[in-house]
Amino acid sequence: MGLGVMGKTVMRNLFGKPATVMYPVVKKEFYPTTRGSILYDESTCNYCTLCAKRCPSQAITVDRAEKVWRIDRKRCLTCNFCISVCNKDSLSCVQEYAAPVVKEFDSWLFQAERIAGEKIEGLEGQEGFSDKDA
Amino acid sequence: MGKRTVVPFGPQHPVLPEPIHLDLVLEDEKVVEAIPSIGFVHRGLEKLVEKRDYQEMAYVSERICGICSFVHGHGYCETLEGLFQVEVPDRAKFLRIMWGELSRMHSHLLWLGLMADAFGFESLFMQAWRLREKILDIFEQTTGGRIIHSVCKVGGLWRDVPEDMLKKIVETLEGMEGELQELANVFLKDYTVQKRTQGLGKMSAEEAFECGAMGPMLRGSGVAMDMRGLGQSGYEHLKFDPVVEQGGDCYARTNVRIREVFQSIDLIKQAIGLMPEGSIENKVKGSPEGECLVRMEQPRGQVIYYAKANGTRHLERFRVRTPTFANIMPLLNMLPGCDLADVPILVLTIDPCISCTER
Ligand code: SF4
Ligand code: SF4
Repeated sequence: MGLGVMGKTVMRNLFGKPATVMYPVVKKEFYPTTRGSILYDESTCNYCTLCAKRCPSQAITVDRAEKVWRIDRKRCLTCNFCISVCNKDSLSCVQEYAAPVVKEFDSWLFQAERIAGEKIEGLEGQEGFSDKDA
Repeated sequence: MGKRTVVPFGPQHPVLPEPIHLDLVLEDEKVVEAIPSIGFVHRGLEKLVEKRDYQEMAYVSERICGICSFVHGHGYCETLEGLFQVEVPDRAKFLRIMWGELSRMHSHLLWLGLMADAFGFESLFMQAWRLREKILDIFEQTTGGRIIHSVCKVGGLWRDVPEDMLKKIVETLEGMEGELQELANVFLKDYTVQKRTQGLGKMSAEEAFECGAMGPMLRGSGVAMDMRGLGQSGYEHLKFDPVVEQGGDCYARTNVRIREVFQSIDLIKQAIGLMPEGSIENKVKGSPEGECLVRMEQPRGQVIYYAKANGTRHLERFRVRTPTFANIMPLLNMLPGCDLADVPILVLTIDPCISCTER
């Protein structure tokens, strides 16, 4: 009974291609629609703070006087709501996920001033969740 | 009468995917009573409506559940649309049906996998999840997210799906049907699987109805109750008959879910066939006011959303009654009299989603 019922599946699994991607040997291709992370364009932003006000998880902080826009990658849900509220088109969505945290921070989560994060190397224009010397 | 022992079961347990706690009172190997306790993953999402703008809350409500996230987002938006009294365009309705049914497929396939895992059939578990992966890929290609889709908004949708993608979805689903049938055959015809599920956790139609069972639990006992038959949110245009099985045991409930996967494929094909061109959104303006209650069919059963608004940007009250909450009562009815080894299967047969129960 068992072989009759499952034989075909077993054969396919034995001789077919694996269902998983051999990451990191083979890079996982993102789809054009994949919501990876938020990309910020400093040149067009007028620091209106709209995105910071409307973000459901309060991941964005905008300092009008200092002209800094910051995002906490760990809070961001990549829901793209900020993109839809920004009327300067300063924000967009890229397929790549935000870079991982590579260093342990001292009581990271509890220091309000650290939550905003610093520049990620290699991802120009993106501010995020990484340390300068990491 | 043998000596009674109390065995604590959960919330962290190797065979339990969900944080429910049961105190099982045993006499030898037989369960005589089960006392549940829940509340381990309460997140206060209902309270959060008072702090979040109603549009932002659509994203939060998706996070009630990690499996039927689309249905929760959809349900929330539909409740708010009831408050605003806006009708969403037909295209958006059919796209919502499509994603809703895809969610049902992915939820049922996930459940089939977990069920196979519960009776120790590891390769069947992986086979079910392998098929589920294709659905998740469709989700990623159409909404941008695999689990959390963030595609519903009050008044419509954020994203449209292009025609060629719709064609591709139909092709993928049609290609899956053969493999699904092979999977179904193992669940329904294999001797070992039958031994573990047949006659276990029997519930008659009256009993299931009396203790308020929902969804496949109820339909597995022969009661044809399905909220998709209410004729709302676009289902009125589709040919739809609830899947009903008479057995009332774990086998019948497995059968209901398997047949629902095939039914979902059919519904998606119908919805895509009927989908008109046009806009996907009717803009809403202002702030909501009044009260609204919406009933919907989630993969696990009937879910109820209630919202009360007072004319500000924040709702006053939002309530979600999820099907798992209703299904805990039948579970407690089924447990006495069963063997300890069958407890994981009985807990799984209600398709528990404790995280959405506790919100
Ligand atoms: S909404 Fe746009 S313009 Fe305004 S602060 Fe945010 S990114 Fe800048
Ligand atoms: S994508 Fe969503 S969560 Fe992330 S910053 Fe934008 S609004 Fe906030």
